[in-house]
Amino acid sequence: MTVQIHDGTRWHAVCTLDDLQPGRGVAVLLSDDEQIALFRDRSDALYAVDNRDPFSGAQVLSRGLLGSRGDRPTLASPMYKQVFDLTDGRCLDEDTAPDGAPAVLRRWPVRLAPSGGAA
Amino acid sequence: MTKSDGMTENNGMTTDDRSIRDLVLVGHGMVGQRFLEAWTEQPAARGWRVTVLAEEPRPAYDRVHLSALFDGRTAEDLSLCPPGFLAEHGIDLRLGDPVTAIDRAGRTVTTRSGTEVRYDVLVLATGSVPFVPPVPGKDAAGCHVYRTIEDLDAIRADAEAAGTGVVVGGGLLGLEAAGALKAGGLATHVVEFAPRLMAVQVDDGGGAVLRRKIEDLGVTVHTSAGASGVVTGPDGRVTALALSDGRELPADLVVFSAGVRARDQLARDCGLPVGERGGIVVDAHCRTEDPDILAIGECAQAADGRVYGLVAPGYQMAETAARTLAGPAGEGFTGADTSTKLKLLGVDVASFGDPHGTAEGALDVLYSDSRSGVYRKLVIGPDGALLGGVLVGDTEAYGTLRPLAAAGKPLTVAPEQLVLPAGFASAGPVALPDDAVLCSCHNVTQGAVRAAVRDQGCDSVAAVKKCTRAGTGCGSCLKQLATVVTEELEAAGVSTSKGLCEHFTHTRAELYEIVRVTGITAFTELLDRHGSGEGCEICKPTVASILASLGNGHILDGEQGALQDSNDHFLANLQRNGSYSVVPRVPGGEITPEGLIAIGEIARDHGLYTKITGGQRIDLFGATVDQLPVIWSKLVNAGFESGHAYGKALRTVKSCVGETWCRYGVQDSTALAIELELRYRGLRSPHKLKSAVSGCARECAEAQSKDFGIIATSAGWNLYVGGNGGMTPRHADLLAADLDRETLIRTIDRYLMFYIRTADRLERTSVWLERLEGGLDHLRAVVLDDSLGIAAELDELMARHITGYQDEWAETLADPGRMRRFASFVNAPGTPDPAVTFVPERGQIRPARPGESGQTLTAPVLVAGARLEVLTP
Repeated sequence: MTVQIHDGTRWHAVCTLDDLQPGRGVAVLLSDDEQIALFRDRSDALYAVDNRDPFSGAQVLSRGLLGSRGDRPTLASPMYKQVFDLTDGRCLDEDTAPDGAPAVLRRWPVRLAPSGGAA
Repeated sequence: MTKSDGMTENNGMTTDDRSIRDLVLVGHGMVGQRFLEAWTEQPAARGWRVTVLAEEPRPAYDRVHLSALFDGRTAEDLSLCPPGFLAEHGIDLRLGDPVTAIDRAGRTVTTRSGTEVRYDVLVLATGSVPFVPPVPGKDAAGCHVYRTIEDLDAIRADAEAAGTGVVVGGGLLGLEAAGALKAGGLATHVVEFAPRLMAVQVDDGGGAVLRRKIEDLGVTVHTSAGASGVVTGPDGRVTALALSDGRELPADLVVFSAGVRARDQLARDCGLPVGERGGIVVDAHCRTEDPDILAIGECAQAADGRVYGLVAPGYQMAETAARTLAGPAGEGFTGADTSTKLKLLGVDVASFGDPHGTAEGALDVLYSDSRSGVYRKLVIGPDGALLGGVLVGDTEAYGTLRPLAAAGKPLTVAPEQLVLPAGFASAGPVALPDDAVLCSCHNVTQGAVRAAVRDQGCDSVAAVKKCTRAGTGCGSCLKQLATVVTEELEAAGVSTSKGLCEHFTHTRAELYEIVRVTGITAFTELLDRHGSGEGCEICKPTVASILASLGNGHILDGEQGALQDSNDHFLANLQRNGSYSVVPRVPGGEITPEGLIAIGEIARDHGLYTKITGGQRIDLFGATVDQLPVIWSKLVNAGFESGHAYGKALRTVKSCVGETWCRYGVQDSTALAIELELRYRGLRSPHKLKSAVSGCARECAEAQSKDFGIIATSAGWNLYVGGNGGMTPRHADLLAADLDRETLIRTIDRYLMFYIRTADRLERTSVWLERLEGGLDHLRAVVLDDSLGIAAELDELMARHITGYQDEWAETLADPGRMRRFASFVNAPGTPDPAVTFVPERGQIRPARPGESGQTLTAPVLVAGARLEVLTP
């Protein structure tokens, strides 16, 4: 099974499901200034969000830990440990990043497709 | 309340706007400051202008903890006057200009600089002066008193050139001063006129236990001896102290700390009555004979005819005076509880109620154990009420006993249950009546604390402290306070979970036991059986650490790999730009030239920034995740292994060179440090663990700031535990002295395993030890005497750790499954992360700042001449 991410124009095959360890993420390079953090949880749900941590500016979110807060699936940044809601990308701990921008991660459509099928 | 500067300046003889009245406070000590706080809280304080005339050059500070200045705290740390407090309330504080005279008729005071200040109300809080016995030579160079920061600075300056110090006075202040001299590195003697130490607070039995404990610490005690004269040398400096029993104690420094005398001269000079033994006479509302003059604290003789030398009664007088001035005379001050609990020279001492059993028909219940240095005496009245008591060596019960004694009601449990050690006492917790005073500094009853929780919405100890002030004085009631707050919250149905996070209601220690007993090895199984939800960044790494502590194989295998924090996940330390640093282990800080060259070559070839760490090793910065395996394969080939700088695990065992090279060393500290580092390497724990070994008492390895530190003695090794540097430094406590190598190692094994088993998440040994019920004595009993019967288990766990140790990095490199994670991008594994860029600085690299254009690092980096340039090929 191939994991595919949609960049707004088309689907990209980025890896196979086996490349993903439940509970952890990997980084995906779309272009020089676009990195995506891709996660698989233990029920095999997939999430794709910005790899850039708005609080440190570093491209590190793929190295964060998955979890839950209440019934929301979450991602904790490995840098300063802010927690993001994976369903809407919002930071649950702070509303704005140090640069004044809203602390919200862009979410990318992600799907599982039979191998070889990038459409 | 705000005023213009001009009005404050006008506070002189000329009358200005008389709608504003002048309150003048003489003295800005602890009680003076407390008065200002209590006064400014009164609505009536509006319309008053407050001027404070103080003798000392700095605002109020915590005199009770003066000796902390010897432990590295600064005068600023002791300050009691919060920044902005004076400005906020428009208080005009004039430092270094004491009042020299009071003109009651003209209602003015005159200061040393000649300034006259008008008052409508005058509050005297001039405190007391140290009493110096009138012996010949008392003013010689090298003679000191112990009251102000300036006194302590003078003692400290003299102590540098001194070898021996003598403290005259074995009371509370004398022992404080002795502690300060000892901390300053002096051979210390205490001379006490009474037959025992702390004669006012403790009885003969308690005094004997206290004396033994203090002598064990190396302080020499002379009781039933007074000072009869100070012997000086040709230069006029102290050389000895002559004692009343004819002996002479050689001394380079003498501190007189034989009590205090009320500073009542100002009152005497203006005709106000003073007590027979000093102290300005005041009534229950703290008013002197002149209704416009009040006196509070140590300078006053309270309505019960006593002059109180403790801060808690002083605070109560300060609050009484504020109420008196505010309006219809409220509750007065007619005497105070002189109960005390303190740590003198590291020995816990407490005395409460009527410690000497002076009441008619009073009987004693006594427990004394000279071996462990514990003494407890309770004084019981004929009706079975607790009247008072003395506790030495273990003051744990003070929080319950003092309010019980103050309540004066018959005990509901047999008194012997209250003095027996925890293991023998069968009684449950003792219920306090609601009118029992929980916090005697601020006179807060248990009922008031309960009401704050129940009716005022306080849902934590912090909230209750803020609302009632309970626990904000000496802090001795905090434990009891927490118990009452928790009880009340539970009664209200508020859950007070001590759980790790929302997914587990268990503490880390409880989870450790669950994992140990059930043998669960997978996080999801633990979560599904004992927790809820999906876990989080708190419980996942905690469980990962517990699994690793209990020896469950490589930390990156199977499900464990998904639990690790980023650092453990990549076996490296995440830096601010997303790159990682690498620290190979250098046991004991000993490294061969070949080793240095190998590290240097690897760093040079990969263009890494290098820096020497505080733990005597070398940190290599700037690696991206995909470079880590290449760098580590080179390090492993050169004979290095993981330094676990990324883990909550043993970091380093620092050492000095020891007797092998050093002229002063008495043992081979380097060899021991290497042995310990190799023994405990890879040991996962609730927080990082640091250690050091010093080869002599000069302590160059700074072992006393470590989780476990070892200092060589001529007879073996002294083991210190619970030390910490960092944000809240703590000196380690001596756990055991003069141990042989084998006993030392066994003791450390058990200490570490006991800590790992019982500590909270991210709780350093320093905090754990402070929290551990029974403290150091309990720890000693567990690891040395096996009081819990778990020593064999702890030994076995450590043995398992040692035999199971494998270098995490060598194992990772050998396993393709573990290596998969080290790809920069899952869809472009060979591509360096374009976001991690560097620029040159001081001949090395540093992360490019936002907006700065840097370059990615891809090995090899070319070196051009003397100027280092980072180039991409």
